[in-house]
Amino acid sequence: MSVLQSSSPNGLSKKLRFSPQRVVLRALLLGASLLVVPGDLIAQVDGQAVYDQWCAGCHGEDGAGAGPAANTMLPRPRDFTLALYQVRTTSSGELPTDADILKVINEGMPGTAMPGWEEVLTEAERLALVDYLKTFSRFFQGDPPTPLDFGRATSGGEDAIARGEEVYQSVECWRCHGQQGRGDGESAPTLNDDAGFPIFAADLTENWRFNGGGEVEEIYRVLRTGLDGTPMATFSDIVDAGVITNEDLWSLAHYVRSLSPEEEPSVEEVVTAQLLTDTPLPQTVEDVIWEEAERFYVPLAGQIVVQPRWFNPRVDAVWVQAVHDGRELALLVSWGDPSESPDTLWTDFGGQVVTTMGSEDEGAATGSGTADQLVVQFPQQLSEGQERPYFLQGDTRRPAYTWTWQSDIAGAFESIARGMGTAARQPDSEQHVRATAQHADGQWKVLFVRPLDTGGEEDLALTAGQAVPMAFQAWDGDNGESGSQGAVSTWYFLVLGQPTPVAVYVAPPIALALTLLFGLLVVRQAQVGSGMWREPDAAARAKRAVKRTQLAGMAVGVIWLGMAFGSYQNSRTGWEAGHADLGFWWAIIGGLLAIAGLGALIGTWIHTRTSK
Amino acid sequence: MIERFSELRNTALLVSVFVIAGCGGGDGGGGDAGAADAAPAESPVDAATAGNVAGMVTFSGTAPMMAEINMGSEATCAAKHSTTPTEEGFVGGENGGLANVFVYVKEGLESLSFPTPTSAAVLNQDGCVYRPHVLGAQVGQDITLRNSDGLLHNINASPTENRGFNVSQPVNMDTNRSFPVAEVMVPVRCDVHGWMNSYIGVVDHPYFAVSGSDGSVSLDGLPPGDYVIEAWHEQLGTMTSNVTVTTGGTAEISFEFTEAMAGSPVPMGEPIDLLHPDGHQAVDH
Repeated sequence: MSVLQSSSPNGLSKKLRFSPQRVVLRALLLGASLLVVPGDLIAQVDGQAVYDQWCAGCHGEDGAGAGPAANTMLPRPRDFTLALYQVRTTSSGELPTDADILKVINEGMPGTAMPGWEEVLTEAERLALVDYLKTFSRFFQGDPPTPLDFGRATSGGEDAIARGEEVYQSVECWRCHGQQGRGDGESAPTLNDDAGFPIFAADLTENWRFNGGGEVEEIYRVLRTGLDGTPMATFSDIVDAGVITNEDLWSLAHYVRSLSPEEEPSVEEVVTAQLLTDTPLPQTVEDVIWEEAERFYVPLAGQIVVQPRWFNPRVDAVWVQAVHDGRELALLVSWGDPSESPDTLWTDFGGQVVTTMGSEDEGAATGSGTADQLVVQFPQQLSEGQERPYFLQGDTRRPAYTWTWQSDIAGAFESIARGMGTAARQPDSEQHVRATAQHADGQWKVLFVRPLDTGGEEDLALTAGQAVPMAFQAWDGDNGESGSQGAVSTWYFLVLGQPTPVAVYVAPPIALALTLLFGLLVVRQAQVGSGMWREPDAAARAKRAVKRTQLAGMAVGVIWLGMAFGSYQNSRTGWEAGHADLGFWWAIIGGLLAIAGLGALIGTWIHTRTSK
Repeated sequence: MIERFSELRNTALLVSVFVIAGCGGGDGGGGDAGAADAAPAESPVDAATAGNVAGMVTFSGTAPMMAEINMGSEATCAAKHSTTPTEEGFVGGENGGLANVFVYVKEGLESLSFPTPTSAAVLNQDGCVYRPHVLGAQVGQDITLRNSDGLLHNINASPTENRGFNVSQPVNMDTNRSFPVAEVMVPVRCDVHGWMNSYIGVVDHPYFAVSGSDGSVSLDGLPPGDYVIEAWHEQLGTMTSNVTVTTGGTAEISFEFTEAMAGSPVPMGEPIDLLHPDGHQAVDH
């Protein structure tokens, strides 16, 4: 699994890139580096040598963006000879500042193959690179560019977001980015970059993949500067002309930011299917249950193991939700895809993608316009040691059992596969999975429903509480994807929630009653003891009473701690069974009991010690 | 290193030429041809001695078919066209005339410099097409990018000699830009409407014209002398013609583009990489 993730070109593991602390730290480091590193130190580093070693593979020794690896990349590596840089603090068409170039070298370009080099190269090497990159174009021989004044970010909040949405409509961002921001606008299929390569309108619901960075300040910066070399234009002029205010532009940035989750979604290894007890299993993708059910983020990467390979997957992730009712499993898979392939509006785009990627692999696609496709993959049989089939649809030793959905046929079908592209459809008598799909606003939602136990001897039975390996593969036909040329995930686990044990419901009142009882006992004992203390001749009895108080207090403390442990166990069971509410409240009860137990122990100790 | 210094010197020279051109006063007389290193004189043309260049741009052969533009999704724009608009890569006229050919003085004016016009050249977006499709402007002259459609256009200029720009215009509005260096031609496109494209010819003198559908062009008020006139077409490439202008005379030009020229490479800007003159060769450090 780690192999897949590390080979992903998307930098999926860079979760903390935009945390405020790191941004501040980077800003400080950057400021310090520009002030502190003396020129002669940089001069000692040969920028060309660093470039030839680390950059030329993609950007080419001549800087024209056509290195040996460039054919496997879309967007293509930057052509430095044009001096067109996307990430800038300067006006559209202006050169970047040194700090702008350094920022991209340090942090990389999210959503592209460009990684960050801050941890790989020394500061002097990175600064020498900045100087060397500038030698590729004569434009840098002029005066250094002046950064724009961005002012301060406005505060966000609901009002700003609501205003931002109005601006999104009025300045017509939707023409390329779509009404819901998923990059499915009507102009999206005809977009090219300055070099003539096809380029996607950014999916604004995935801010961790924004080329110019995904935080509000970075979105605002891109609105002001545009992304030079791409269709993304500057919106500075409409502020200057008074069409909208600068505050409006900030609001737009807040709105765009609000289209993505607050944090880059984390990857959970276990997908939990919640058990529905009093609601029927959802039969449509629009069922309200899906608004509540937990969403699991499953990143995908291009299939680059089996030939023909695919380096430009359109589907970078799917969202998975699952519920079951003890008889059937309902699995909803959603993902961004601008078109319902095959869509003739996108045929040229897909054709350009295929041409641009120029695969020399045997059997590589030569055109586009096939159907969209999703495969959910399980092992054919569960093995004792949780050994899983090969992640690319199994092999002869451990076949994979798959559900295939395609945009050009109704429903879904089950197959057994022994390797990529070998899926053999099960006979009709053994087809048990049903599927319904919906494409709206640049997103597919496909709902699979299958009985937990099909009754068939050979079929994979799903049992509550048992972890079943599960993986996903997706194809965007209008992006020239088919066959082995698509996007794949690694293995995950599907766990079906179990019925909640009766004890979970009965235990809390008992625990409360016991707590009250023991509490009263301790208080009573303490009162008796202190009352006796006042009688002059009863010193010995009082001493025994203190002893009794001590014993009772300690005992109650220990019992409470024991109950706290029990609550913790219940809490864990609750979470694992998909009962987040039970898990939460048992955790609270457990926490309170633990505090009470420790309090009783410490209190008793202090009390009886001072009594001596 | 020596090479690099000489290149730097050339660049410095180029820059100083522009600076001096901007500040220098005109001497009012004819050009001092041959003094290439001296600062060109400003506003040097004496109308009394000037002559003209005039003629035709024609096309012979089978005219390429231009695809119809489907503006179905843009009702506002579609409504502005009485007939279905077609792409404008090739626009022929009556009597074999060829439209949208940029004709300009390529050589012969090196010793002169001209004031920057105070009026702007206008590139209008009207009915989701550029008007004109081919525009001429002088170095430094304001080019007004005008949105008359009231819907989102972006004006994405990708020159080679100059820095480009990419401007959003979501409403009816004007935005001014200019190019500081001569360049034939600067491609302009709208990414929102994939069919919209245009070319701007930027020259450092006022002697340029774009042929109309009858193919006629004229360059008026040229000082007497020998010139190289170039005609540029976006699909058929370039042709040049040597002419001699005499006082009060009209030198004839005739550019006959042919079907056979279609598909030939169309020059777009010149290589700009002074540091890496052979294209993309890295500098030897």
